[in-house]
Amino acid sequence: MLSSYRVLDLTNEKGFLCGKALGDFGADVIKIEKPGGEPDRNKAPFYHDQADPEKSLYWFAFNANKKSITLDIETADGREIFKRLVKTADVVIESFAPGYLDKIGLGYSVLSQINPGIILTSISGFGQKGPYRDYNDRDLAVWALSGYMYITGEPDRPPLAPSYSHAHLIGAMNGAIGTMVALAQRRLTGRGQTVDAVSHQGLCFAISIETKVPWALQKINVSREGRERMRIFAKDGTVKIPLLWPCKDGSIAFFFWVGPNFIKHNESLVQWIRDSGVDPGLLGTWDWAKEGWNKYTMEEVKQIRGTLETFFMKHTKMELHEGAMQYRIQLTPVLAPKDLLEFPLFKERNYWREIDHPELGTKITYPGGFVKPGVGDCGVRFRAPLIGEHNGEIYQDEMKMSAEDIVNLKQRRII
Amino acid sequence: MAEEKRPFQGLKVLDFTWGGVGPFQGNFLAYYGAMVVRIESGLRPDVTRQGGNINPKALEKHAEELKDPRKRLEFGPAFAVTHPVKKYGMSLNLNNPKAVEIFKKLAKWADVFVESFTMGTLEKWGLGWEDLHKINPRLIMQRTNGYGHTGSMASQPGYGQTVTSLTGFYTITGWPDRLPVPISSFYTDHLSPLFGGLALMAAIDYQQRTGEGQCIDQSQIESGINYLAPLVLDYSANGRELALRGNSSPCAAPHGAYRCQGEDRWVAITVQTDQEWTSFCRVVGNPPWTKDIKFATLDGRIKNSAELDRYVNQWTEKHTAEQVMTLLQHQGVAAGVVATAQDSEADPQLAAYDFFHEIEHPYLGKQKFFHPPAFTLSDAKAELHRPVFLGEHTEYICKKVLGIPAADYDIMKKEGVFD
Repeated sequence: MLSSYRVLDLTNEKGFLCGKALGDFGADVIKIEKPGGEPDRNKAPFYHDQADPEKSLYWFAFNANKKSITLDIETADGREIFKRLVKTADVVIESFAPGYLDKIGLGYSVLSQINPGIILTSISGFGQKGPYRDYNDRDLAVWALSGYMYITGEPDRPPLAPSYSHAHLIGAMNGAIGTMVALAQRRLTGRGQTVDAVSHQGLCFAISIETKVPWALQKINVSREGRERMRIFAKDGTVKIPLLWPCKDGSIAFFFWVGPNFIKHNESLVQWIRDSGVDPGLLGTWDWAKEGWNKYTMEEVKQIRGTLETFFMKHTKMELHEGAMQYRIQLTPVLAPKDLLEFPLFKERNYWREIDHPELGTKITYPGGFVKPGVGDCGVRFRAPLIGEHNGEIYQDEMKMSAEDIVNLKQRRII
Repeated sequence: MAEEKRPFQGLKVLDFTWGGVGPFQGNFLAYYGAMVVRIESGLRPDVTRQGGNINPKALEKHAEELKDPRKRLEFGPAFAVTHPVKKYGMSLNLNNPKAVEIFKKLAKWADVFVESFTMGTLEKWGLGWEDLHKINPRLIMQRTNGYGHTGSMASQPGYGQTVTSLTGFYTITGWPDRLPVPISSFYTDHLSPLFGGLALMAAIDYQQRTGEGQCIDQSQIESGINYLAPLVLDYSANGRELALRGNSSPCAAPHGAYRCQGEDRWVAITVQTDQEWTSFCRVVGNPPWTKDIKFATLDGRIKNSAELDRYVNQWTEKHTAEQVMTLLQHQGVAAGVVATAQDSEADPQLAAYDFFHEIEHPYLGKQKFFHPPAFTLSDAKAELHRPVFLGEHTEYICKKVLGIPAADYDIMKKEGVFD
């Protein structure tokens, strides 16, 4: 759908996903790398653990569907070549430290003179303005300030960050959406503009319903609760029950909703518990249409929790998944990537994509598109580029540089 | 700021969504100039209009009104603080055939239709893709649900709490000696609208250039897995699953949350390069332990991170989290207060972007809303507005947009078409 647009992608790991998401819809995305390759090609994990800028799985995952040219935009000749590219491009994406492009003479005011329609999308941890603008925006600092770290982990230990850090992905996705809004406006005005996409704000909004709403409305600071993410207001006090519950071979997610929308759901749950030979106890006498948690004491809530634990521990996560489908219960197995690759639904929907990596002599399985559109395709079509793989296509075929010029630029390490 | 033309001005959007994911996709269009008509039913209200989080201010001032269950829906948590967007509210009881006819008229009027029900719900009323495509061939229909619109789970309802489980997100955080813990209770509910919103805008771009409509099928779990792509590749290529490491990192030390002055106060610090380590040592005052040879290289710091963490805690404990962040950041070392919701409200960086935006609300008075687009455009401001009331503009839409005669409208109203 977006094949008529050309995107020049100057990003490091903070912004990889932005160009990739646009490329998934067919945009012509050209990754512009430093001669020698983008430094974040050295991010683990690597294919067969071989640390090599051409074998980073992190790079593969978020740079598929892009072309690559090498260009040193800090040199005068490199800048001129970049400006020529800007003339025919629609979007430039960058994730340098705020102000860097201005400093090297490639800020928006310069680019928009070359091409008034150009959209400059900047992705950063904290933003292009404000008191944290020049802060070091490594993943963990942004994640902590967003509020996610404080509420994650267990009450008896420090706040916890994910072992797979991904704070910057949300800034990159907001960059892609902001770019689309800017393209929509350009259709009406003919003019480009700047987009300032910020991971800190994206995460602060994402967490808002869970923590900022209780604070804004009731002055409650939500804290770390481990797996016990559901607060029950019982007759004689507050008690917590889990979101993630152990079962025979792992965990399942079950959030015990009670209320007008869940009458049928909870009747069906009790039926399921009975059918599997477990005594539903207090659940069996609960009048779902009329009664809430406040009918029960904290001690009784613990009994109810015990009944559910007994029931879940009798079954494997996939048995519970099948039961949940049959009885239409809001319960799902907790799956890691290994289990996801085997999960039947994705096969039914033909989700996974096998992408050819001829240099490695293998195919690697990638997640499928994030939607299934009615027009064209969304998803990975071809693997991430090798360093400067498309120098010939862009510099020679398209920009008509002579072989001599190219040798000269290479010798001076500009490309 | 040149604002003579809004990015989505003239775009007409029909929004029949509920819960977390659906409404946010249409919100993006409404912030930037589209006219969005939000369909709701008072008989089966949106879950985010319900729930216990009622503003005490409202309880006090509007005790009488709150006794009316329908009025109470205007105070529900999401509609009190996270939907600061101008939409037109229309209530329809689609079990009434006349309401279905009105819906079809709106589908003909609209350029875009966003919905978030399980597969089969709209089909039951004759409002599926095939039906609407016939009525309006240039219509974009954006469908989002937990598990996609084909396959064996298409008709299963999915809430964020359970949907997240099928993306892998509940397996990426934890201490090595304990079971994994969730990052939040419905994490993907806030990622899916980003993927869905992008798809929607790509489809609008295409429609405006070609006049062609389409149906987009979003499975929220399929979107979410895209965030975890490196882990999928690691398993597919190397057969490896993510090892849970608590707060330690294979590429940084110190790395994690460190105790500060006050009750349950923490600061996150991460030191990667040798230059950052030198700066870090300077900030803590170069005590003898910083000169220990085992901390001289990154590998050494990672290998001895448990001991290093003890030293770092001894220093951070003597300061507030804000002090540690400021001292380190001014020397280029990445650090951030482990913020509570209360901290975020006072965060000067968020304030610089007007993240907590105050809006006058008829029931709540001056209320702070969260500014959702995490991007700022130089030439188009996001237009914020108090959340729409259920069915607030039903009469306006019927009469002015659809041209329904007043007499017919009155009859339908009596017949319960707009409940």
